[in-house]
Amino acid sequence: MDAAGVVPPRKKPRNAQDKAKRKLAFWLMIPSFVLLLIFFITPMVLTILFSFTNLSLTGANASALKFIGFQNFVTMFKDPQLAQSVWKTIIFVVFSAVIGQCFFGFLIAFMMRGKNRTFRRIVGLIIIAAWVTPEVVVGFCWVAFLGDNGTLNLLAHSLLGMKPVAWLYTFPMISIVIANIWRGTAFSMMVFQTALDDIPAEVEEAAVMDGASRWQLVTKITIPMVRGTIATNIMLVTLQTLGVFSLIYTMTGGGPGNATATLPVFMYKQAFVAYQLGYGTAISLVLLLIGALASLLYMRVLKVRL
Amino acid sequence: MKLRNYALIGVAALSALVLTACGSSSKSKKGVTTVKIAWRGTGKSDSMYRVYSKAWIADFEKKHPKIKIELQPINASEGDYFSKLDLAMKSASTAPDIVNEDTFILPSDAKAGYLTDLGPYVNKWSDWSNYNAALKKGSQGSDGKQYGIPGTTDARGIWTNLAVTKKAGLSSDWTPKNWDDILSAARKIKKADSSAIPLAIGVSTTNGESVAMQTFEMFFYGTGETLYTEKTNKWNVNSKGILDTLNFINTVYNKDKTGPSMSVVMNANYGSTIFQDKFPKNQVGMGLDGSWTTGNWVKGGAAPVSNMTKKFAFNLMPTQNGEAPGYVTMSGGWAWAIPAKSKNKTAAFTVLKAMNTKKKAVDRALMEGTLTVRDDAAKDPAYLKKPFIEQATKALKNAYFRPKNELYPKVSVAIQKMVEDVASGQKTPKAAAAKYATDVKAIVGAENTETQK
Repeated sequence: MDAAGVVPPRKKPRNAQDKAKRKLAFWLMIPSFVLLLIFFITPMVLTILFSFTNLSLTGANASALKFIGFQNFVTMFKDPQLAQSVWKTIIFVVFSAVIGQCFFGFLIAFMMRGKNRTFRRIVGLIIIAAWVTPEVVVGFCWVAFLGDNGTLNLLAHSLLGMKPVAWLYTFPMISIVIANIWRGTAFSMMVFQTALDDIPAEVEEAAVMDGASRWQLVTKITIPMVRGTIATNIMLVTLQTLGVFSLIYTMTGGGPGNATATLPVFMYKQAFVAYQLGYGTAISLVLLLIGALASLLYMRVLKVRL
Repeated sequence: MKLRNYALIGVAALSALVLTACGSSSKSKKGVTTVKIAWRGTGKSDSMYRVYSKAWIADFEKKHPKIKIELQPINASEGDYFSKLDLAMKSASTAPDIVNEDTFILPSDAKAGYLTDLGPYVNKWSDWSNYNAALKKGSQGSDGKQYGIPGTTDARGIWTNLAVTKKAGLSSDWTPKNWDDILSAARKIKKADSSAIPLAIGVSTTNGESVAMQTFEMFFYGTGETLYTEKTNKWNVNSKGILDTLNFINTVYNKDKTGPSMSVVMNANYGSTIFQDKFPKNQVGMGLDGSWTTGNWVKGGAAPVSNMTKKFAFNLMPTQNGEAPGYVTMSGGWAWAIPAKSKNKTAAFTVLKAMNTKKKAVDRALMEGTLTVRDDAAKDPAYLKKPFIEQATKALKNAYFRPKNELYPKVSVAIQKMVEDVASGQKTPKAAAAKYATDVKAIVGAENTETQK
């Protein structure tokens, strides 16, 4: 844009060599387009199509696929569980991703700044270990930790003489939020570490010389300088967390009752437990919509462009 | 250009790779047909591996050199098994050749076009006349065609651990006469042994169909009502029986607190936790489950118990207030079917015949603890010596079957939800029953519902 005026426009000698290069580029891009088409665009188009059908796993509808217009969407918006699921999804995302992962990720990255290399490595490795562990395994670890005969209850019993508490059933939402923070913080930490390392030391030194307090330094200098990273990170973790399924499903199965039935769990249950695939895909579109809205909102609020 | 040629070769190779990956399927080698058998696997101690053992398979393959048997258990929770099986049967490249279908979903899967009409096959099968006539009917579709060959059937009742009930002051021949007897026994057990689970009944949707049939319907059919009237094609909603049943569950889980803790009961492994771990260890007083539960306790089972008939009792489920005939059971069972998209139907039926001889029927009933579907096997001396067979056979005489309607699997999901909502305290019995009425109306249409009595 601005740079266009400075850099002279490229000459376009339409010679034979250039043409051949273009052709080659075209051929080289074909595989990725084919793959995108097969694995990305087709399923997406199919999802939208199926959300308008009575697609079912069993029964008469399974053999007689019909377009039923907006019926799935009408059923969905009449179902009080949809609103509950949307609300639970928002709570889960806000507390575990936006507040939990971003905040702790930033805090850890900030505190590790300028620390001894070995220390940084050891702490970093421990935190990243949670991130590289598959979601299902993380789920099982937390079930083992919070279960009736789990580590937490044993500790609480031997140290404080507490009676065992069924954590996953008494505090289901808090349990999955904490588990997701535990798992995901490493990602935010890594993103923030790179951003913080890129801040030139002179800028902060200059602020200190001008008499800025430590708090002012953080809020007026450090955070504004990584604002773009914060926005990108919040958006990424929001989208990741919106789709979290295995962690919740292994820990609580969406229960007790519907206490932790976020949209992905609700969708799975409708599609694969209640055998209504068409209805399930309609719910997945709501999830998509929420993701898109959240992204737009962040871009507005944080005033950044991707 | 050299580079361009390389690129083209790359593209060609990649697309070839993608295309072969999509189109690969098991082709038979040298005229040998592989018959794949799918059922719901339950891990290493799965009794199916003992019934259809390696030795049995080797023996079969020796007699039929053109057929190879491949066991392909689907390891899933009960709730997930049916969707996984349906997904597999949808496509010719993934369809097994023999599948184990619960008879409640068989009419629905038949209607979906997933299953082969076995009529022409069984008509030429000399053993077919030895099958119990009522159970043959239970494996038919709503169009009256024979889609399944009955494999096992079952009865349900209250398993009682005599060591636990003794502590609570109940005699060894204690039998409940009505629902109140069960509740008061549970209270006594709770008082006598606070560490034991007085009454285990499954209530979590993760346990799928068993919660609808084995928990809800076991009580509900004891009120004298039914879920569905076949003649009028109407589903029962908003009735007193539904509310009474939910009140019973509410009493156990929320008022008396005589059920298992939520973390035990909401777990997908609820059944194995109770009957393979806690019950044999005298940590459960009463547990509602099927006659096949003995399969856990036989030699080679998941939790072998010696002398089980002396330690445990199998009590029949009483009707609500002891109304005649005094007890009730739901009966279901599993049937073998051949998916419509199987490419080896003739070979599959040859395997099916070998899997269901009289001898195999007796073997299976003994190893699994299930009840046999063949009249000739039921008279076998070895079968008659099976633990608790007397009570189970007696229960079968007054057995109810689930609605033979292709919408039942969907209604069942609504029942499971209703039960879980009440047990977990999310809804009052009244609110849960009202939600059930709304759900059922959405599934079957408001015009197809009624209120019995």
